[in-house]
Amino acid sequence: MTKISLVTFDGTRFDVEAENGSTVMENAIRNSVPGIEAECGGACACATCHVYVDEAWSEIVGAPAAMEEDMLDFAFDVRPTSRLSCQIKVREELDGLVVHVPERQA
Amino acid sequence: MSTPIETDVVIVGAGPVGLFAVFELGLYDLKCHLIDILDRPGGQCTELYPEKPIYDIPAWPEISGQALVDRLMEQIAPFSPQFHFNRMVAGFRKLDNGRFEVETDEGELFHTHAVVIAAGGGSFQPKRPPVPGIEAYEDKSVFYSVRRMEEFRDKDLLIVGGGDSALDWTLNLQPVAKSVTLVHRRADFRAAPDSVNKMFALRDEGKVDFQVGQVTGLKGEDGQLAAATIKAPDGEVDVACNRMLPFFGLTMKLGPIAEWGLNQHENLVAVDTEKFETNIPGVFAIGDINWYPGKLKLILSGFHEAALMTQAVKRLAHPDQKLVFQYTTSSTSLQKKLGVK
Repeated sequence: MTKISLVTFDGTRFDVEAENGSTVMENAIRNSVPGIEAECGGACACATCHVYVDEAWSEIVGAPAAMEEDMLDFAFDVRPTSRLSCQIKVREELDGLVVHVPERQA
Repeated sequence: MSTPIETDVVIVGAGPVGLFAVFELGLYDLKCHLIDILDRPGGQCTELYPEKPIYDIPAWPEISGQALVDRLMEQIAPFSPQFHFNRMVAGFRKLDNGRFEVETDEGELFHTHAVVIAAGGGSFQPKRPPVPGIEAYEDKSVFYSVRRMEEFRDKDLLIVGGGDSALDWTLNLQPVAKSVTLVHRRADFRAAPDSVNKMFALRDEGKVDFQVGQVTGLKGEDGQLAAATIKAPDGEVDVACNRMLPFFGLTMKLGPIAEWGLNQHENLVAVDTEKFETNIPGVFAIGDINWYPGKLKLILSGFHEAALMTQAVKRLAHPDQKLVFQYTTSSTSLQKKLGVK
């Protein structure tokens, strides 16, 4: 198990025990984190699970793949640390990861 | 108004569940017309995840969205379903003879015994970009599609997006419009490389302006756009424009079906679990669009629902005929319908 935290736009923090191999989106949905819609169910086919990876974690999490980058075109207020949370797989190195939920999804 | 097409069943939606319904209904000699807003069969399978493997289709350990649709098309071919693509169901009413009249947004009429709603997540419609206050400009100076190119003649046009629609319209409207600015959040595009090259060539000739950034605000009065605020890497800029075409992909909406008077449960159509019939007798809902206690949004649930719905539609369409349940493995009459030699 790996500890990850999701911080909603209003500042509410959700600390979650995430299984390695699961996606950040799946953990957000399981824990009813507001602001993560995940309309397509994790197929990287919408842009409604958009998050900002905390600056401190951005490098470890890594950059989006080309397909994810394409899908981010549809997201709201995309920033350099933007990722789709369905494409971030939880792994041991991400213990303590913090992601921020944007003001809204597209 | 066109002459009504007479049929047994109108299926709204040509996704996997709508397609399999053709098979089940076909076994009982019920002819189908399918209406879909997309330009091809498959619904979400082809539109959202054609290449993605699906692992929970019985007897297919792994099959892609597109392959599943291709197999279904092959399976239903013996029943010659009639497809009406690029259409949305607009009108719906009960006729005096107990049948239904269904009308598309293109004015085609269907007279049918039953209507089967297999519309998945709803109809695919252009996504509204997340720009505050954009609603006030829609259909006045902000458009999500190009109906007539003349609308854009001598206009200062802002096109937003990085896919084929954005690039194609940049190229096609450039000779018509007074000026064209393309805005995309990065210098990489999803569109075909050839279109991108052509766009950059036009930019180099000074005929198109390309701006990297995201639209964050609109300025104007009474729905008439005057400028768009763009958040660019080096700060905010205002781009003067009086027409805007945002291309932000598609989203799914229930659409006009929501006005039919069907009982709903959180934007889904409520049905029973014997016939998958709605509160309007003769109107059925199967697949992701329906809701009942215990509902799971799985393609296989939709297949099951299609089979049970068929029993009810057969009784409705041919109340005088005895309903004989048969297996395709052993019934010679079913095999004849399937073209088994």
